[in-house]
Amino acid sequence: MAFSAVLTSEWTKIRTVASTSWTLATALLVTVAMGAGLCAVVNATFDTMPESQQIAFDPTQMSFSGMLFGQVAVLIFGAMVVGSEYSTGMIRSSLAAVPARGALLLGKLTVATALALVVGLATGFLSFFLGQALLGEHSTTLGEENVLRAVIGVGLYMALLAVFAMGVSMMLRNTAAAISILISFVLILPIVLSLVDATRKIAFYLPNQAGSAIMQTVSSPAVTSDAPYGPWGGLGIMVLWVAAAVLGGYLVLSRRDA
Amino acid sequence: MIELDGLTKRFGAKTAVDNLSFQVKPGLVTGFLGPNGAGKSTTMRMMLDLDNPTSGAVRIYGKRYRELREPLKHVGALLDAKAMHGGRSAYNNLLCLAQSNGIPQRRVAEVLDLVGLAPVARKKSKGFSLGMGQRLGIASALLGDPQILMFDEPVNGLDPEGILWIRNLMKGLAAEGRTIFVSSHLMSEMALTADHLIVIGQGRLLADTSMADFIHQNSRSFVRMRSPQLEQLKDVLHEAGIAPVGVPDGGALEIDGVGAEQLGELAARHRIVLHELSPQRASLEEAFMRMTADSVEYHAHAPGAPGAAIDNPARPADVPAWGAGFDAADSTRKGGR
Ligand SMILES: Nc1ncnc2c1ncn2[C@@H]1O[C@H](COP(=O)(O)OP(=O)(O)OP(=O)(O)O)[C@@H](O)[C@H]1O
Ligand SMILES: [Mg+2]
Repeated sequence: MAFSAVLTSEWTKIRTVASTSWTLATALLVTVAMGAGLCAVVNATFDTMPESQQIAFDPTQMSFSGMLFGQVAVLIFGAMVVGSEYSTGMIRSSLAAVPARGALLLGKLTVATALALVVGLATGFLSFFLGQALLGEHSTTLGEENVLRAVIGVGLYMALLAVFAMGVSMMLRNTAAAISILISFVLILPIVLSLVDATRKIAFYLPNQAGSAIMQTVSSPAVTSDAPYGPWGGLGIMVLWVAAAVLGGYLVLSRRDA
Repeated sequence: MIELDGLTKRFGAKTAVDNLSFQVKPGLVTGFLGPNGAGKSTTMRMMLDLDNPTSGAVRIYGKRYRELREPLKHVGALLDAKAMHGGRSAYNNLLCLAQSNGIPQRRVAEVLDLVGLAPVARKKSKGFSLGMGQRLGIASALLGDPQILMFDEPVNGLDPEGILWIRNLMKGLAAEGRTIFVSSHLMSEMALTADHLIVIGQGRLLADTSMADFIHQNSRSFVRMRSPQLEQLKDVLHEAGIAPVGVPDGGALEIDGVGAEQLGELAARHRIVLHELSPQRASLEEAFMRMTADSVEYHAHAPGAPGAAIDNPARPADVPAWGAGFDAADSTRKGGR
């Protein structure tokens, strides 16, 4: 069976369910709107910020601050793309049509990841331009050092997060369970770990913490003193997590009864 | 042609399918019968490589299911549970399956029309009734115009017109030389559709026979007599050398091998009042129940027992009551799907 046929089929699947558009639209809108709001606030209150913060200020990263919540929608997108196959029973039809587990998984991942990447890039550019417009004199431009990398990084980050969610969801075969685990992993665990000095270093190696480095442009000591990696190193750590989740998902899909 | 060779499936300690070997031949409708929990659906899932056998194998034209290129063009299946995304329209559910196997798009509309779903093709399948969902499943099985078709309880939820339709569809497909494998609990349904019969109970093969042979061997005919003078009637029959074969419930006798005319005349000669004198034919259902009686796992409670279920009036005397062998330890279904 031709892999292109699997891709066409997966594209039809993803574009014909409502969850795809609402999760991705939410990811984009929440990130852009929250980033814009925070940029406006920061612009108005910049002079009252402590000097250390003013020095370390990263206008690019600031315009992406809506990602904190936008990423949840990306996780839900990934979890639902895979989880809904199980909750609806569609997985049995899908596997009967494409019994090669690897091809089915790869087709699904390729289509969903490409879509998340496109939406992520749009989110990155929109957040950036709107945020900079609202930051006034504290803003930066695409031409500045590292800025374009960070904006594109938003797309890469969102795409990787979606793959991570799909891998975890494939392992758990349940949307709700996958979403709870992913949210605790991405939103709650980093906070818990950074409460205690002894565990703070561990938090750096969580997938989203490491991956976020790609969206920063200022490597001031105040910001990154503890992080033992640069932007690409951080992204690399995230890629390892994602690869592990996908491998786990593949093993579950290929070994367990559907 | 489908071949099963020592197919076995265990879920933990529970053996759902136990060393099944049989062949499903082209040009015939093969009925796959067994009581609830006999392992029919599990066997069919293994045929599609959805469940992994604990041991044994299924070959489809000599190949494993996963080795088939564009499998929907070779094998079409209707599974027991819903296997479509409810948030997607009927059309799109079938379209994505068609695309994965290189089946032309116009075929989607064709099969939807064939099963009578054309008017709701663009509706989300979530809102479909049981019978409509069943028709959608049948449409997906027909999508690739396959040589082998498997239906897991296709009449489930269909209206009388739908039942007639699927019956004729299966016969028609078999007449075209295709292999049709269809599961059911209802022998009476199979008697109308199937050419060949495979019966399983508790995962084990109980019968692999042609429908004609099964009917020949199992349709017992007898005459039922009912009389307010039962004792007298028994004496008269005894004197005439006729032994009743069954005494199903109070006041009735079942007599084998003697015609109703003869029995009526005999009773009249002895001035015995008859309330009933009726020729009967034991249904195939009874034969099926007799065959699987020992392997029925999920009995209803016996009549009279607490929480009694409806008595089955057709139950012949020599079949133990449903509930006779109730085994609570066996009735737990672990895990969900
Ligand atoms: N995923 C599973 N996990 C554990 N046990 C299972 C699973 N699937 C089926 N079983 C068990 O295997 C046995 C056979 O089930 P199966 O669904 O194949 O029966 P069936 O013949 O299709 O029954 P029915 O006529 O009710 O549809 C049952 O005892 C059931 O409890
Ligand atoms: Mg079943």
